[in-house]
Amino acid sequence: MKSNHKMSMEEWEDVVLARGEEELRTELLLVDPRPRREMNRMLLEAVQRITPGYVIAIAVLALLSFVGLFVAWGFQIRWGMGVAGIRRPVYWGFYIANFVFWIGISHAGTFVSAILRVFHAEYRRPITRGSEMMTTFALVVAGMYPLIHLGRTWRFFWMLPYPNQRFLWPNFHSPLMWDMTAIFTYLTGSTLYLYMPLLPDFAMGRDHATGWRQKLYRILALGWRGTEKEWKHLMTGMTIFAFVIIPVMFSVHTIVSWDFAMTMKVGWHSSIFGPYFVVGAILSGVSAAMGLLIVARKSLKLDYFIRTEHLESLAVLVLIFSLAWTYFFFNDYLVEWYGGEKIGHELIFLQAKGPMAPYWYAMLVCNIIIPVALLWNKKLRRSSVVLVFVALMVNVGMYLERVIIVTGFLQRNRMPFDWGTYRPSIIEVAIAVGSFATFFLLYFLATRIVPYVPVWEVHEGQLSHKIVRYGKAAVTAKTHIEAI
Amino acid sequence: MTEPTGGLNEHRWTMVIDVDKCTGCGACVTACYAENNVPVVGEEEVNTGRHMGWLRIERYWEGEYPNVRARFLPVMCQQCGHAPCEPVCPVYATYHSETEHVNVQVYNRCIGTRFCANNCPYIVRQFNWFNPSFPEPLHEQLNPDVTVRSRGIMEKCTFCIQRIRQVEEDAKAAGRPIADGEVQPACAQACPTEAIIFGDLNDPTSKVARLAHSRRGFKLLEDLGTEPAVIYLKGGDAHEV
Repeated sequence: MKSNHKMSMEEWEDVVLARGEEELRTELLLVDPRPRREMNRMLLEAVQRITPGYVIAIAVLALLSFVGLFVAWGFQIRWGMGVAGIRRPVYWGFYIANFVFWIGISHAGTFVSAILRVFHAEYRRPITRGSEMMTTFALVVAGMYPLIHLGRTWRFFWMLPYPNQRFLWPNFHSPLMWDMTAIFTYLTGSTLYLYMPLLPDFAMGRDHATGWRQKLYRILALGWRGTEKEWKHLMTGMTIFAFVIIPVMFSVHTIVSWDFAMTMKVGWHSSIFGPYFVVGAILSGVSAAMGLLIVARKSLKLDYFIRTEHLESLAVLVLIFSLAWTYFFFNDYLVEWYGGEKIGHELIFLQAKGPMAPYWYAMLVCNIIIPVALLWNKKLRRSSVVLVFVALMVNVGMYLERVIIVTGFLQRNRMPFDWGTYRPSIIEVAIAVGSFATFFLLYFLATRIVPYVPVWEVHEGQLSHKIVRYGKAAVTAKTHIEAI
Repeated sequence: MTEPTGGLNEHRWTMVIDVDKCTGCGACVTACYAENNVPVVGEEEVNTGRHMGWLRIERYWEGEYPNVRARFLPVMCQQCGHAPCEPVCPVYATYHSETEHVNVQVYNRCIGTRFCANNCPYIVRQFNWFNPSFPEPLHEQLNPDVTVRSRGIMEKCTFCIQRIRQVEEDAKAAGRPIADGEVQPACAQACPTEAIIFGDLNDPTSKVARLAHSRRGFKLLEDLGTEPAVIYLKGGDAHEV
């Protein structure tokens, strides 16, 4: 602006305001509208983006899933649980730790989607679908673990309440039954909650896509036409589900924690386990969602939809939940230590000074020091490299937390004669790797079928947001009251 | 999980173990293996903590060197009256028998969640890590009264319920009461020092009923409120009741 000095005061103000508007547009998706046709095209191009790298990744993941879930698990079913590293008194090992981990990951979808929807957090719009998909696939993987863990997997259906010739109803006194009920409810609810807002997007695909995808979308859209009545039902259904799924989500991880807290084991029998597990779940889940969104954005070239503002908002959530997890961690351990029960001390020293110490300190570094040190800084939390690093580290930390809680506390008991150690066997590691591969396989396959961003929700948000001038500043304003 | 009131049935089977008499010889363990078809798993598995014995002898050292004394504590399922293992089983594979007042493990119902084992404060439940094998000549002496368990299920001491049942049925057929000492679990039968005594606590004349009130009596982890049916005796004169 060489000629600034020649401009009148009014003209100069216009330039400043235009710059403010421009900054807002680059930052915020909802005030940077593009024609609906263009947004549709971007999404349909994204699902068709199948590069050689993608194909190789899918092939590797499919191979790892096969080795883990067919070869390794099949070997275990054939020969017995003994091929795993579990032993007296560590009767639960890696499998249960993995189970808790995946249930934890599944929490973020609902958290990002339902809780932010209920609180009208506008930044949620483009990132809900990616998180909800994570929830569903993480639950599928988590749901396999109780089966893998069973001594007689082929009898798993004896836990289902159905009339049978054994004249036996399942024992609903057992936390495992509560667990199973909660997980089935959550899986059903979260799948429907993922599917409902997909209907208009599938219909969009049906109308604009070509080839086999169009045929698939025609089936999946369930005849959605976009009538006023259909929209009304969709909005009502979404509101009901958003409110109902939140208590279900809290109940699921609380009940998972009760698998431990309801026992007589010192270290497990703790009234803080419910919220401690829920907070840990949201911490690992939200950071996993953050990492997946960054990867998907790069792989699908969705920079227009998923912006730094969204990732930064998730990063702030990760920071908050890292601090909340720290609070619960100290509540759990400090009380146990100060109480001074001998076996409690044994358990804490096993983790702080004993053979579990490397994992214990790694957990603290990953869950507290790394997110707190990095995410305080606005520059750092706007860098996707830093965020991917934090997402990885927090999940390593939370994984270690689950391994320590499940296998660590089992190693010491009130009867000192039967103390023991635990080390996962190659079979357990193979199954764990296979389960991770299965999750990524399902997720990456879905990204090439399901429109990754709920385009109608973004569109709706853009229609209701605009930039207004407030004195000399440009600010965003909501022009309509949102439907829910 | 009923309270062991003894109102419903006439017998309340109880075991008394005199720790002062135990020499740690291990005859009870061997007898238990033989009676209950407990698989022998080999050195390697035992080293990883997977021996299948329903009964173990814990050895503790008392005193400071050179005045050290070994103490032996035979530990098996305590047949709790208020058992932590029972409510956590999703398929009722472990439950409280109303007629024998022991904790019953139904092998055919068990699906192997191992929750019961985690919740047992005495760590006396064993899991079948593999299918059992009985190398020669052990396969010749399997007890036909006891099921051989398959892989993937829990098992534990049953108080030799097959022997209890047999005596109960014999007595019923003959129309006579069960005499004290008639029911003998394998461990009690094999004990050379008679440190393990078994009987009916509801019979006031039985040996266990007298020993149960001994000043030397205690129960393992009694403060947990599990109400074990195994009473240990320790301290003072071993011949004093």
